[in-house]
Amino acid sequence: MILSSGINFLRWDIPHPLHAPDGFFSLPVSIAGYVLAAVFIAIAIHRTRGELNERLVPMMGVMAAFIFAAQMINFPVAGGTSGHLVGGALAAIILGPWAAIIVMTAVVGLQALLFQDGGLVVLGVNLMMMSIVSSLSGYGIYYLARRITGQASKTTLFAGGFVSAWVSVMVAAIVAAFALALSGTSPLSLALPALAGVHALIGIGEGLITVFALSFIRAARPQLLQVRRESQVQAA
Amino acid sequence: MKFTWWIAGYFIALAVTLLAPFASGSPDGLERVAEDQGFIDTARDAPYAIIADYVFPGIESEALATILAGVVGVTIIYLLLAGGTYLAYRTAANRRV
Repeated sequence: MILSSGINFLRWDIPHPLHAPDGFFSLPVSIAGYVLAAVFIAIAIHRTRGELNERLVPMMGVMAAFIFAAQMINFPVAGGTSGHLVGGALAAIILGPWAAIIVMTAVVGLQALLFQDGGLVVLGVNLMMMSIVSSLSGYGIYYLARRITGQASKTTLFAGGFVSAWVSVMVAAIVAAFALALSGTSPLSLALPALAGVHALIGIGEGLITVFALSFIRAARPQLLQVRRESQVQAA
Repeated sequence: MKFTWWIAGYFIALAVTLLAPFASGSPDGLERVAEDQGFIDTARDAPYAIIADYVFPGIESEALATILAGVVGVTIIYLLLAGGTYLAYRTAANRRV
């Protein structure tokens, strides 16, 4: 794990996404993370099973592959700090919140198991932050944007996509701050402003990449933006 | 095999991994805060290493090793998700019939 060896910080060419290593969170917080994550993942599996259709199935594979790759690309933000796409909002806008949780859980899980990115003990907490909270909050904001504007216009897609991506990163960072505070790792009065501050910047990158991906899909295969609605129409 | 959008999507993800060697090596948001607030040392190493830190083992060029790690990850996650959901979809479809 790159976090534990200071020398590795000097190596410019290794991507290392935001995943908390073992040790950042206490055992009770880690167990709570696993229990909560398991509940949400069970709901997600149940809900997604009823939504699967001939487009959603391959699109889940494509989204997972893209998000895994994009998470490797750390972009610089102010003050010698970097950030990278999480992708929960992007996945949720395209796939809906439940299929997005499945995709994000597979990505974060594979990163921990195969790439030693994110600890195994704290995997539940990492899943809560990067899979569940980011997907649900991202979807919630996008859904609100759709309701407020009352249409699925280009502006709604891009502006709503940007804001929901930014919010999803902020909410995940706030959850991280609370998890650190509950673990006794860092007091909330320090962790919350610091994590929220840096992720307010990282969230801009998240928003830009999300809008870029949405506009690419819209230009290349606009019908894939309705990959989920189609299934609901068919089911009705 | 027909070059469908979902095969194109896989190749787009592969293309993104080519950018990985150019990724910023600065500590990310959480690491930065952990360093600033002095809890970076609480981090523990993983008990084992397979493709640790996205560097495929045994390859001299680190850029190449990083891209290869990305290609392996992209391929596994793509097959896992598309394959897994396809099986679930087929099972559900069979039950309906």
